[in-house]
Amino acid sequence: MSMTRDIPAPVPRRRMPQSLIAARNIVAFLTRSPTSLFGLVVLALLILVALFAPLIATHDPYAQNLQATLQPPSGTHLFGTDELGRDIFSRLVHGSRITLTIISLVTVVVGPLGLFFGTVAGYFGGKVDTVLMRITDIFLSFPSLILSLAFVAALGPSLNNAIIAIALTAWPPIARLARAETLTFRQADYIAAARLQGASSARIIWKSIVPMCLPSVTIRLTLNMATVILTAAGLGFLGLGAQPPLPEWGAMIATGRRYMIDSWWLVTFPGIAILCVSLAFNLLGDGLRDALDPKQMNKR
Amino acid sequence: MRLDRRRLNGIAEQGVSIFVTLFGLLILTFVIGRIMPVDPVRAIVGEDATREVYENVYRQLGLDKPMWQQFLLYLRDVVTLDFGTSIRTGQPVLQDIARVLPATIELATFAILIGAGLGTPLGVIAAVNKDRWPDQLIRVISLMGHSMPIFWTGMIALLVFYANLGWVGGSGRMSQFYIGLVPERTNFLLIDSALAGEWEVFRSAINHIILPAALLGYSSSAYITRMTRSFMLDQLGQEYVTTARVKGLSRRQTVWRHAFGNIRVQLVTIVALAYGALLEGAVLIETVFAWPGFGQYLTSNLLIGDMNAVMTCVLIVGVIFIGLNILSDILYRVFDPRTR
Repeated sequence: MSMTRDIPAPVPRRRMPQSLIAARNIVAFLTRSPTSLFGLVVLALLILVALFAPLIATHDPYAQNLQATLQPPSGTHLFGTDELGRDIFSRLVHGSRITLTIISLVTVVVGPLGLFFGTVAGYFGGKVDTVLMRITDIFLSFPSLILSLAFVAALGPSLNNAIIAIALTAWPPIARLARAETLTFRQADYIAAARLQGASSARIIWKSIVPMCLPSVTIRLTLNMATVILTAAGLGFLGLGAQPPLPEWGAMIATGRRYMIDSWWLVTFPGIAILCVSLAFNLLGDGLRDALDPKQMNKR
Repeated sequence: MRLDRRRLNGIAEQGVSIFVTLFGLLILTFVIGRIMPVDPVRAIVGEDATREVYENVYRQLGLDKPMWQQFLLYLRDVVTLDFGTSIRTGQPVLQDIARVLPATIELATFAILIGAGLGTPLGVIAAVNKDRWPDQLIRVISLMGHSMPIFWTGMIALLVFYANLGWVGGSGRMSQFYIGLVPERTNFLLIDSALAGEWEVFRSAINHIILPAALLGYSSSAYITRMTRSFMLDQLGQEYVTTARVKGLSRRQTVWRHAFGNIRVQLVTIVALAYGALLEGAVLIETVFAWPGFGQYLTSNLLIGDMNAVMTCVLIVGVIFIGLNILSDILYRVFDPRTR
């Protein structure tokens, strides 16, 4: 008894909310590895460029100038001009908004959808699980680009339909992952405790299971974004995504293809933009996996 | 005896699950086919058909029947392998696909050889040097392969290696003046030309396939490298590896003979799955390289709204995918003694 009295009471400190501390730790961890730092920087750049696109762009992305078509890169046209005399740099800058729109819309749809199906299937098990997982299996039995192609072909080519098609094909891996995670928690004591206290299934899933699935789902979403960008660009390239004159990067490559032999800048710069953003997501996802892995956290 | 029954049960269960997945696949393609805005009757009869002709075809296609009957009709067509004719070529879709598929299989097979040949050793090297510079370098190389828009890389590669350096052939499966020289027996150009003894054509074909196959292979090597690395890390962390080293075995022998020997089964399944994923890249790369294969057939029909052909292509990709999944499962069972 006397021993415990000697321990000083914990000094109450003003603390940040737990989630903020966690976020700060993760960012700190990420900045320590050069590869994930690159990913962070590129993504920050993408968001900034998209936000301030009108300020950064040197020209109107849609303004044609038939006197200055297919100009090589120069001081006035940083990345040259296209076949209609439009400034490629400005089009790329404005195109970042399209890319960001695609990414955020797909994330907003796919994350909750996958989490919902996965946790419900994992928590209830039995018939619910069988039916839901069969459905995901059917979707997973196509490569995502082919299935998106089919959806866009049916819905008609446009940017919105491309986003819908990509979202429809991107949720199954998330659902699978959320289900696998749920299965590991389902038998845990804290879930049993919640159930004994009379919590409803919906409450248990929402309050106790979803938060546990979030880290791995976040990683998976980040890694998936690379695929989403490539699929969107591929659809744009095939003429099934964003339609001209929208400055979507994949569509820019498709139109530039005809002039490629003499005017390399038409396809080169949009391609580098796609490569950088998709690489950034892959590197970031890779880094996040390490950051959120408890084994790695202990090592520090 | 008891074991045998368990095995039979397992096989039966798998059979049911394959059947259900295939059925779901059919529902999916049916639904996609129905939500399309293209009027299938107009596509067949043309713009200036009389009302009578239009309604005749409308009834012939069964569009006046309720949805579930239409689905049954669709099922009947699929079971009897009647996928209709392609509007663009005027030929039965299945016949068209049988003609173009070998070109894609040839490309994909070449690519997977490159991908596995590149990805496996890289993965092993990365695992052995975990967290040191070779690992970091390999991580960046393989993530690059995973991140590149393959249609763009294809164009740049054509520009550099064909237009500027002239090292490889350009687009298509062979040079223009060799077309029609070799009798088509299998539609696999490399096999056909070798059978006919036309080594000039064979060389031209190799020259044309090498670039698209290398790019596809590089992009699929990313996945293979990553999986090899993680399988190897699992093995290298186990005690038998330490034992082997203590016993006096060289590092190389421990890694390649013992650890690598244990992951071969897992690798085979991964390569089978990667092969399926190649189909996706093939759609884009075939467009860039004017490769007269399955992907180009799919996209060119897509752009003119030939839904018969498109949905059949999608269905076939799905079936190939499921087939590869089953294959990798079977390979796993056959080669892994623990599953016996």
